[in-house]
Amino acid sequence: MNRENMPRRALNAAQQELYEGLLALAGQAEKMLHSAVEALKARDLDMAQAVIAADDAVDRNTLAVEEAAETLIARYQPVASDLRRIVTAMRIARDLERIADLGVNIARVTLDMGTEPLLKPLIDIPRMAVLAQEMVRDSLTSLIEERAEKAQEVHRRDDEIDALYMQIFRELLSFMIEDPRTIRRAIPLLFVARHLERVGDHATNIAEAVVYLLTGQRLTKQDPKR
Amino acid sequence: MDTGKIEIASLSCAFGSRQVLHDITLTLAGRCVTAIIGPSGSGKSTLLRCLNRMTDLVPDARVSGKIILDGTDILRREQDVVQLRQKVGMVFQKPNPFPRSVYDNVAYGPRIRGLRRRRELDRVVEEALRGAALWEEVRDRLHAPALSLSGGQQQRLCIARCLAVRPQVLLMDEPCSALDPAATAKIEDLITGLRRELTVVLVTHNLQQAARVSDHTVFLLDGELVEAGETATIFTRARDPRTDAYVTGRFG
Repeated sequence: MNRENMPRRALNAAQQELYEGLLALAGQAEKMLHSAVEALKARDLDMAQAVIAADDAVDRNTLAVEEAAETLIARYQPVASDLRRIVTAMRIARDLERIADLGVNIARVTLDMGTEPLLKPLIDIPRMAVLAQEMVRDSLTSLIEERAEKAQEVHRRDDEIDALYMQIFRELLSFMIEDPRTIRRAIPLLFVARHLERVGDHATNIAEAVVYLLTGQRLTKQDPKR
Repeated sequence: MDTGKIEIASLSCAFGSRQVLHDITLTLAGRCVTAIIGPSGSGKSTLLRCLNRMTDLVPDARVSGKIILDGTDILRREQDVVQLRQKVGMVFQKPNPFPRSVYDNVAYGPRIRGLRRRRELDRVVEEALRGAALWEEVRDRLHAPALSLSGGQQQRLCIARCLAVRPQVLLMDEPCSALDPAATAKIEDLITGLRRELTVVLVTHNLQQAARVSDHTVFLLDGELVEAGETATIFTRARDPRTDAYVTGRFG
């Protein structure tokens, strides 16, 4: 049948609306992560405060996406690619909400550290932050452009960010072993690294969801580092 | 004024000693599709029939309460029932075209109302058939007998017959129960399109249909209004446990 009937058109329109909500949420989460990292680098406490304040809106929008998806399922009983699209939107919304939360966590660390001098200049953490943000952006681009291979690329890069995390972990550990008085200043940085590593995990989850959406295939991690 | 909103206040209906509707108070939004759902015998069709006084045809029916359409109570004694049924059209379970031509079926209402000029009549018939998404299929056989059409086409013809007198409200009592899935899809398609023009009240046993095509859903049980609300809400988080039990198929 070349002509789509009205319920089909209604389902298409509702799906499009669902994805518009999801992409708006993605934009918010990306911005929060970015601001959290910038606030840390610049030791900008006001900016960190603003990141924390932005979280309520993200939580509300996550809920809105989930409710919209629920309504779609209840009203249209979608199957196959329609169903995958809706379930994927719900999963991705959760990951975006967690990414925004990790931005909040990083902002909290920035606030806790206040204006105290850093243990060491930030070098690897900004590199990790760039990588984490790229992974988030690329996973979302793969969704928008419907490119499974780009999503697979994000999935592979999770190993990179994990390796970087281990490097930072070892470095900070050696500081602390050498001089236990550095522990108080090393731990917050370790937390930041850990949060960024988790951002990478959520970006990987998004990428996996995109691959599932586009191909119906499940990507599995060889070595789940959880 | 012409919003097609229907306000029902304390509506009760009994047939002889049998009380069928108990004190229903409900507003049906104009230019929306409202689905009335509920198990057999819950009073769905009776509620629908009150809306254009079809209940008048039942000898021992007693109807009380108010139904306000366009600022007037259609249950009041002075209400001209013929005029009411022009404003509030109805489509039934089984298509019931007159045993005449396609054209004459649609022209029937306008002719009764005194429209005689051929050109004008042609225009009204075409418009109504287009409104019922039937024009393309019958334009070359307007003078064929209506009963030669398929079941789904006959049902759309009945809808066109209603539309020809420009009603504000269209009542539909299980309009797809005698149709196959393809014909059903066309009627559903039509229903969702019609809401731009008029108020549609749809009685259906098919919960998926109610979920797909309606904006609001009303759930009746044993003649009582259990819950009314947005369709999305009724089908995801109904307030009343009986509504949830019904839409999830636990009874009825």
